[in-house]
Amino acid sequence: MTSAEAALEETPNNTGRLSHEPDEAELSCSASAWLLQMSRSQFPLLGSALLLLAVMLISLGLGKYPISVKEILLFLGQKYFGVSYFSADRMRLLNSIIMEIRLPRILAGALIGAALSTSGAAYQAMFVNPLVSPSLLGVLAGASFGAALGIVYLKSWFAVQVSTFLGGLIAVMISVGIARVYRVNTTIMLVLGGIISGALFSSLLSLVKYLSDPYNQLPTIVNWLMGSLTLSDRSQVIKTSIPICLGLCVLLLLSRHLNVLSMGDEEARSLGVNVQRVRLIVIVCATVVSALTVAIAGTIGWVGLIIPHFVRMITGPDNRKLIPATILIGAAYLIVADDISRLAFSYEIPIGIVTALIGIPCFAFVLRNARKGWS
Amino acid sequence: MSLFQVDSLSFSYRRVPVIDGLRLTIDEGMVIALLGPNGSGKTTLLKLLLGLLKPARGLIRLRGKDIHDIPRRELARQLAYVPQVHREAFGFHVFDVVLMGRMPHSSFFSRYGAKDEQIVWEALEKLGILHLAKRPYTEISGGERQLTLIARALAQGVRVFVMDEPTNGLDYGNQVRLLERVGRLADEGYTFVFTSHHPEHALAIADRVVMMQSGAIIRDGAPLATVTPDKLAELYGLPP
Repeated sequence: MTSAEAALEETPNNTGRLSHEPDEAELSCSASAWLLQMSRSQFPLLGSALLLLAVMLISLGLGKYPISVKEILLFLGQKYFGVSYFSADRMRLLNSIIMEIRLPRILAGALIGAALSTSGAAYQAMFVNPLVSPSLLGVLAGASFGAALGIVYLKSWFAVQVSTFLGGLIAVMISVGIARVYRVNTTIMLVLGGIISGALFSSLLSLVKYLSDPYNQLPTIVNWLMGSLTLSDRSQVIKTSIPICLGLCVLLLLSRHLNVLSMGDEEARSLGVNVQRVRLIVIVCATVVSALTVAIAGTIGWVGLIIPHFVRMITGPDNRKLIPATILIGAAYLIVADDISRLAFSYEIPIGIVTALIGIPCFAFVLRNARKGWS
Repeated sequence: MSLFQVDSLSFSYRRVPVIDGLRLTIDEGMVIALLGPNGSGKTTLLKLLLGLLKPARGLIRLRGKDIHDIPRRELARQLAYVPQVHREAFGFHVFDVVLMGRMPHSSFFSRYGAKDEQIVWEALEKLGILHLAKRPYTEISGGERQLTLIARALAQGVRVFVMDEPTNGLDYGNQVRLLERVGRLADEGYTFVFTSHHPEHALAIADRVVMMQSGAIIRDGAPLATVTPDKLAELYGLPP
């Protein structure tokens, strides 16, 4: 501990210097002492990891054939640690339900949730704008267009991934470009740019739908763009998870840079950051991870906007804490949303509808809460 | 060797010349005030000195080297920019804002270490804002924010501070407190180049006053010789 830290510790409430404003000062200092403790400890990160684990365990048991958490744990114990509890038949049944049906879907959900939320957090930090997200910047619309185009005209899965990513990248370039061309760097301009870019790609998507074969291709495109984890094919999920995980790792490693970028370009440069290079890396990574979720599961909106906001309330805006916590909480959130889409009604509804129905009221609430910081 | 050597510097913004054929030499350890009316090119000159803008013509040498030949990270270890107080969207803790000053001292993918944190605590202590360490930057006063930005510059480990209107938007008491802090750092040998709209601030702490008008230096000298009623009237276009 340094002498300065020691000085701070000696006066835990530290009201001495602020005694001219006793009420407010005491309040803010006890709050800041609490924050100090919270941020010193790794509580948010550990808590989110435990939450994700719990959500995964419970979700493994949810479905038409419910399995208790105890049974899941015993099953895992028997499978991996040689505990003997279930009969061979029962083991086979549990194995096919847990390992072959539910686990891949839960992992896909976790991946998509982490990807959408983290790219939202990264865009928000980089554009110094808490109102942007993959969907508001038009990335999801661009990616949908790219993916639909890929489904209709391209054959290989890899080509579909590439066209999905390119669609997303062009969309984000257009939203950012509109603000750049008019040299107006405001929250509202970026949001408007995103609306324009999103509208452009929605109409292009309609064009692709119109031109596609109405018996085979059109239903596939429509169903899949509504957002669902049902259609996700396991080998495709595995292939897509590689670039997504890489993108997430880079964003995680660049969290310090994101902090500096959110002080504005000139300051970031004066702090020795190569702004253009870092910005390009962040845009590419955030766009790769969010666009590729479209390739796995269609358009799932509102996650990239809501989750970073929610996590920021717990960890504060420091991206070194925000990004890892967002990965974990975003993953847990999407698994829960998928549980709802599977179980809320007698048949499955698209997860994109669930996230929108949860996200919209949350956003309306957050909008009111965070208003003061957005001037 | 002088700190800055500026030769026949010109800069235009959208074809309108802002700086035109400017020459200036700045020595280490000085406090230099740039005075001039709005649009005289003070802020542009600061940004050119920081290497944030590229001159149309002319050369800026920092300790003898062309500033545009110095890599950004290296430049950030020699020069610190203290921008005008601003309020950004995210309420980073004051500590974390100051910690950003350690950015040029770590490699691309590394993290801040215990040494970086210690330097931040020392910078906060030096500017008397230890008690603000865990307050959100968006919720402190303008004067406190300016001190935070100076602390960040200090944490950068530089000897040269380039400040854009450091007293802008502060009330009288905070202006005085800020100038006192700057004066104390100047006594320790730090160099300050700052723009100001307050000639009395130049009188209070500057060793040298540079007066700018329409992108050129019209007067350059000791504060007592330059900050006089008739010269100020001329500078700001007031009736004598």
